[in-house]
Amino acid sequence: MNIYAIRVIYKYEMLRFRNTLMQSFASPVISTALYFVVFGSAIGSRMQEIDGVSYGTFIVPGLMMLTLLTQSIANASFAIFFPKFTGTIYEVMSAPISFFEILTGYVGAAATKSMIIGLVILATAGFFVPLNIAHPVWMMGFLILTCVSFSLFGFIIGLWATNFEKLQLIPMLVITPLVFLGGSFYTIDMLPPAWQTVTLFNPVVYLISGFRWSFFEVSDVSVGLSLFMILTFLTACLIVVWWMFKTGYRLKK
Amino acid sequence: MQAIVSISNLSKTYASGFQALKEVSLDIQQGEILALLGPNGAGKTTLISAICGLVNPSSGSVSVAGHDIVTDYRVTRSLIGLVPQELTLGSFDTVWETLNFSRGLFGKKPNPALIEHVLRELSLWDKKDSELMTLSGGMKRRVLIGKALVHEPRVLFLDEPTAGVDVELRKDMWELVRRLRESDVTIVLTTHYIEEAEEIADRVGVINNGELLLVEDKQALMHKLGKKQLLVELKESASHIPDVLAEWALELSADGKQLTYTYDSSNPHTGIASLLRTISDAGLLLKDIQTSQSSLEDIFVNLVMEKP
Repeated sequence: MNIYAIRVIYKYEMLRFRNTLMQSFASPVISTALYFVVFGSAIGSRMQEIDGVSYGTFIVPGLMMLTLLTQSIANASFAIFFPKFTGTIYEVMSAPISFFEILTGYVGAAATKSMIIGLVILATAGFFVPLNIAHPVWMMGFLILTCVSFSLFGFIIGLWATNFEKLQLIPMLVITPLVFLGGSFYTIDMLPPAWQTVTLFNPVVYLISGFRWSFFEVSDVSVGLSLFMILTFLTACLIVVWWMFKTGYRLKK
Repeated sequence: MQAIVSISNLSKTYASGFQALKEVSLDIQQGEILALLGPNGAGKTTLISAICGLVNPSSGSVSVAGHDIVTDYRVTRSLIGLVPQELTLGSFDTVWETLNFSRGLFGKKPNPALIEHVLRELSLWDKKDSELMTLSGGMKRRVLIGKALVHEPRVLFLDEPTAGVDVELRKDMWELVRRLRESDVTIVLTTHYIEEAEEIADRVGVINNGELLLVEDKQALMHKLGKKQLLVELKESASHIPDVLAEWALELSADGKQLTYTYDSSNPHTGIASLLRTISDAGLLLKDIQTSQSSLEDIFVNLVMEKP
């Protein structure tokens, strides 16, 4: 195991995060605060409780997921795309380092950053709405799994993308709609029956549902199913990255 | 001498169908400086990239210090340092940080003393805290060399290291290459500057169209393929070459004051003595004589022209 390589990649990526600390924190914290002002206070005060939870509190796990997913993807995709773009990836590719070690460095750093941002958002939410986390260990478990899985997914996008436009394409056109339609702001039983069925094909539903259960013990689907879906997604991403490194897809000529 | 890199029937065909390497076989000897010459697109960079793990070969094999580059990639890559052709560096890291990163990437524990030594060797010590984007092109080239050296490789690949580098830095670089060789580091470089290969290399390989046309000891190559010319200056200009001199196929300069005789230096009978006697017998008065040998560049051009 090339521990030194993992360490320098991880440290390098975290240093990049530290150098753009304001930018990394300010944007998600401000947008989350705005969501709470609009949905929690302005609109939320006129909405009914959902499963015995005030609307402002109910949306906290969904909003955290929205940020976690987009940040994990953005962090990891940029981390591997940029060296590809500038050509500095040659050094990683010619180093005595396995794909798993490369992943641990890049994805570990991307997931750590998202996790920090997620926890900051949770703390921010505490200023706006009362929060009581029913299962903190499960909450952290879902948080870590989601950050790692979607950082892996972001890593795949970063490897696949050949320009900046492609880098933005999937997060903008696929992930954001899936999160909004995945029950961030509602439970799926609030939808017409036909749409409820359609929604079950949205993988983000399972993430938000499980995460919300760890907060309020209410969920759209069973916790076991949520966990299974996240682990399946994680495994699928690992297999794709393994294949990409094995074949040298967009990495080697 | 023992081969540190062994390349056997290495071929590479890109997805576009372009065959960049055709059955290349080559042994690189430990401690030597090997210069790979070839025009653009000849396959030099592909060959280096395949050895370093940046290109997947289509067929053939490469071993470094007896280890296969695919199955034992951890061993082989830790023995190799690569300085790429392009100035591919980050922007915001400092010189020190980027060298420290490179060392860690190659599985070596931090060694500030060694990094300091490398930076001093490359005259970069006073720039150690500078951000990479603030450096000049020549400085960036040195940083790339430093990054390749900081994990103490046994084989160093320099891909067009002096492209865009001023004369002074180029001389410094060759001085560094010589010092590295003294510490038993094997150097493989590609260059367009043939005079540099002529000056620094122990052996020269010529690649064209993905084929390794030859690999020879530089002196032997120049001796074997080099043509020599005898230039005979006359005291008075001649209007034509006398018939008695026809067998030497001489050339007469436009002003009629110089005769040129081209001969093969490897031939034991060059015909020089009889030529000089015959010139004198023909009534032409000699003023001076000198010889010149074709350069590596002439040899290279001839080889590449022969096999388009």
